[in-house]
Amino acid sequence: MKFETAAGDNPIDRGKVVGRATPRIDGPLKVAGHATYAAEWHDQSNLAHGYIVASAIAKGRVNSLRLEEAKWAPGVITIITAQNAGTLGQAGPNAAKLLGGPEVQHYHQALALVVADSYEAARAAAALIKPDYTRADGSYTLAAVTGASKSDGILGQPGDTALGDFAGGFAGAPVQIDATYTTPDLAHAMMEPYATIASWDGDRLTLHTSHQVVDWARRDLAKTLGMPKDHIRIVTPYIGGGFGGKLWVRADAVLAALGAKAIGRPVKVVMPRPLMFNNSVHRPATIQRMRLGAGHDGALIAIGHEGWSGNLPGGDSEGAVQFSRGLYAAPNRMTRNRLSQLDLPEGNAMRAPGEAVGSIAVEVAMDEMAEKLGMDPVAFRIRNDTQVDPEHKEKKFSQRQLVECLQTGARKFGWDRRNARPASRREGDWLIGMGVAAAMRGSPVLRSGARVRLVAGGRVIVETDMTDIGTGSYTIIGQTAAEMLGVPLNWVTVRLGDSNFPVSSGSGGQFGANSATSGVYAACVKLREAVAARLGIDPAKIKFAGTKITGSGKNVTLASAAEAGELTGEDTIDFGGIRQQRHQATFGAHFVEVGVDIHTAEIRLRRMLAVCSAGRILNPTTARSQVIGAMTMGAGSVLCEELVVDPRFGYFVNHDLAQYEVPVHADIPHQEVIFLKDPDPESSPMKAHGIGELGICGVGGAVANAVYNATGARLRAFPMTVDKLLEHMPVPG
Amino acid sequence: MRAFTYQRVATPAEAVAALAAHPGARLIAGGTNLLDHMKLQIATPPHLIDINRIGLDQIETIPGGGMRIGALVRNTDLAAHPQIRRDYAVLSRAIVAGASGQLRNMATTGGNLLQRTRCPYFYDTNLPCNKRDPGSGCSAQGGYNRDHAVLGVSSACICAFPSDMSVALRVLDAVVEVMGPDETSRAIAIADFHRVPGETLPVQEFALAPGEMITAVTLPPAPGGWHVYRKVRNRASYAFALVSVAAIIEGTGGAEKGGRIALGGIGTKPWRSSAGDAAIPHGAQAVADALFAGASPTDQNRYKLLLATRTIAAVLAAAKG
Repeated sequence: MKFETAAGDNPIDRGKVVGRATPRIDGPLKVAGHATYAAEWHDQSNLAHGYIVASAIAKGRVNSLRLEEAKWAPGVITIITAQNAGTLGQAGPNAAKLLGGPEVQHYHQALALVVADSYEAARAAAALIKPDYTRADGSYTLAAVTGASKSDGILGQPGDTALGDFAGGFAGAPVQIDATYTTPDLAHAMMEPYATIASWDGDRLTLHTSHQVVDWARRDLAKTLGMPKDHIRIVTPYIGGGFGGKLWVRADAVLAALGAKAIGRPVKVVMPRPLMFNNSVHRPATIQRMRLGAGHDGALIAIGHEGWSGNLPGGDSEGAVQFSRGLYAAPNRMTRNRLSQLDLPEGNAMRAPGEAVGSIAVEVAMDEMAEKLGMDPVAFRIRNDTQVDPEHKEKKFSQRQLVECLQTGARKFGWDRRNARPASRREGDWLIGMGVAAAMRGSPVLRSGARVRLVAGGRVIVETDMTDIGTGSYTIIGQTAAEMLGVPLNWVTVRLGDSNFPVSSGSGGQFGANSATSGVYAACVKLREAVAARLGIDPAKIKFAGTKITGSGKNVTLASAAEAGELTGEDTIDFGGIRQQRHQATFGAHFVEVGVDIHTAEIRLRRMLAVCSAGRILNPTTARSQVIGAMTMGAGSVLCEELVVDPRFGYFVNHDLAQYEVPVHADIPHQEVIFLKDPDPESSPMKAHGIGELGICGVGGAVANAVYNATGARLRAFPMTVDKLLEHMPVPG
Repeated sequence: MRAFTYQRVATPAEAVAALAAHPGARLIAGGTNLLDHMKLQIATPPHLIDINRIGLDQIETIPGGGMRIGALVRNTDLAAHPQIRRDYAVLSRAIVAGASGQLRNMATTGGNLLQRTRCPYFYDTNLPCNKRDPGSGCSAQGGYNRDHAVLGVSSACICAFPSDMSVALRVLDAVVEVMGPDETSRAIAIADFHRVPGETLPVQEFALAPGEMITAVTLPPAPGGWHVYRKVRNRASYAFALVSVAAIIEGTGGAEKGGRIALGGIGTKPWRSSAGDAAIPHGAQAVADALFAGASPTDQNRYKLLLATRTIAAVLAAAKG
């Protein structure tokens, strides 16, 4: 099915199943321990275990791995290294080699895999390996290398954009803000580590692994291992969080495959937590300069946003400036996205790449400008709304309800109780402040396929290689099929995460929900046609409702359609036309209230509200779960999360979950989420958008603005930890 | 983790005998710290002696006043004990300010006293650390040291001592009872139990002699006063203290008359001084000036002096309440 024009009325509009708040259908499996994650396929016979040997230096060469002692350690079967692994290709998304040596590209880069009869034996033997290195100098401090940066494109968009005369517009603006913000390197820190069980059957490879996009895993493994893609099977039905960190093949998958091939037995590789932070990928740190020029009437005259980030050679930038390109109107605009070379571990996609941290700089700068103008921050944002893409004025948004989000949120949150004068509200030892920020996140889609089977009894089976990374894919896919075929949700079985199923979008970039359910929609349309043909009903008039089929004078059960044998509908949705003609994005507004301890500068969140506009909300329960998780992640990014770089050794120092502080339950207060829920017929047949990344955009800015309102301290270097905030705090009275 | 042998002992006497019989052996109780170290090969004991079934798990009232806490009393049980909560509230509050419920269910009184540092360089065996690998150097100096100590530091080591419980014990003037290899016992004042690193290596963290085992902690008669444990950190739970204040303030309701105060998070051991206690009637700045005499902060952790001063002020202000 090709989606090219705005969707008309379709069965999804009935809203009997889709759009209803529905608990996730895989929930009972998960709480009972029956959902099998990558490392938990205990049915593998003769399983061996691999343990990764990771580089102790950040840059240089391995003179000798010195494997002798480990080779003869108890239980060791073999040791895989770059020397004996054969020629490995390098997949496009990987900047660093997944098996390094003799050249070392970053700290904790995998240099070997010790394969042994038990995990314990592999781990003990791995610790015996003390390679001999020659260190080389490297660059590890972003601020030191911004001078040697180059323009870098952002996901197919140019690195630099300009409209009007930014320099003139800014210089002539009566009110100006010129401020620089920094965001730290951030870790995905997902609960489930990278893990793979690899097994070979002749020249066929099966990987039980944890990966967000099945087809990309096959593609990239085929390239890395130099084998045909169709000889690789990926099985990844349950994924314990990814956040972008599992978009690309990692060392666990490649090394497990190599180990299993070498010994002719299945091999399991689970990445130890202390390797997760330096071995893999992270969201790169940014330096962002914001220049805003406005008239006294509150209209923005000029917006300039420059961003700097660093990565290994071949790696991408963190495109923070993307956030300002589509958000506010201004006649004179400029963005510049700069990339420098660093020798830290590889930076790569993390939840709302670019936009999550870009929104912090933009939305704090907007707060600073509102104050300078003497305007309310909500009113100031509304004043500068636009209904066309500000960089491409011929392009409308398919749906843009930013103003409604801000207005609804202000009303529900009690924004009118905010005192614009900072540090003016105190309750006991707490200084109380409120902050607001706009949220915007692009809503891309990818082609996505599915197969829907009508089987005995009218039951329905959906098969697609779509993944559920904790997001609720199982449930919304089941809801889609149930709606299309007029059956209750419990008549639908959903099977995901297997490359034997039709290729889907996978999960990432908040494209998964809209793309994958649209693919299921398309397959259901095919199945409906097949049913109509079998029953001799005019396909234009057939109706599926209440487990019955009606049309052309017939009224039969759905089960009867399957009596002559299973019927299958399979299709892939493609997007074009109206999708290209419109700027497709989601919008929201975050409102945050914080308390800051007047003595200690400890920041504690008190209330959080997000108002989100993302088309039809397919399932308010799982959508809310996505948004509150994203709000938590966004709050962490400005309050406590930071990968600390030690530039002497070139690595992230705090590489475990004790020292990389993500928010805990006690940090997160009641979170309220309001969805506007208006379907967007120009987005897809589902009339939906993604929601999983909208929730993180803006929230950090709202927290920072609330801290300013509470204390009068404007921090521009994130996270806002006690050591930074304390000296700027008012003196307790 | 390196392979090791394991034995379970039934009595304290068996435990110390086993320690004497196995050079390099370690006692294991809750294992909340030691097992992490073994997995990371920060610790590689050839032999483990499991003392979880040797008793020493009672909290008793000492005739004539005071309490005796067995070394194997779990942190959860100690914090929840009614008499501890009533008469030694600072101890109960300090314990629940640390770790998580699951860890406190396993962690023991003796083990908590022996917690090792959480310095990230100690935890990464690729990096120099005098505490882990004597003579290799101290990576925290010149590196990441925002969380590190400003008091009791030396060129050998600047890491902060992590235990919350020990800070409360310090303000309570607790005594640590230990049993030696010949089953003789001795008592070590809490002030002497934790040691600051000197300039010589290896760094001696604890006053335990080789072969000694903690059997109990005793508390003097209930001190009265207003008890507080205030722990400052960036996230609300499951983080080590940037600064913590354990205090017992006497004479609440008006101008404070005096009291005791100990600090955590800022020293290589729980920090308390008679001058600090004596300065309480003169206010937070005076207390801080006394306690931080000789402090040696880095550019990254200098904030701890101001933070401690303001936290002490908050505690004293609350005591005036």
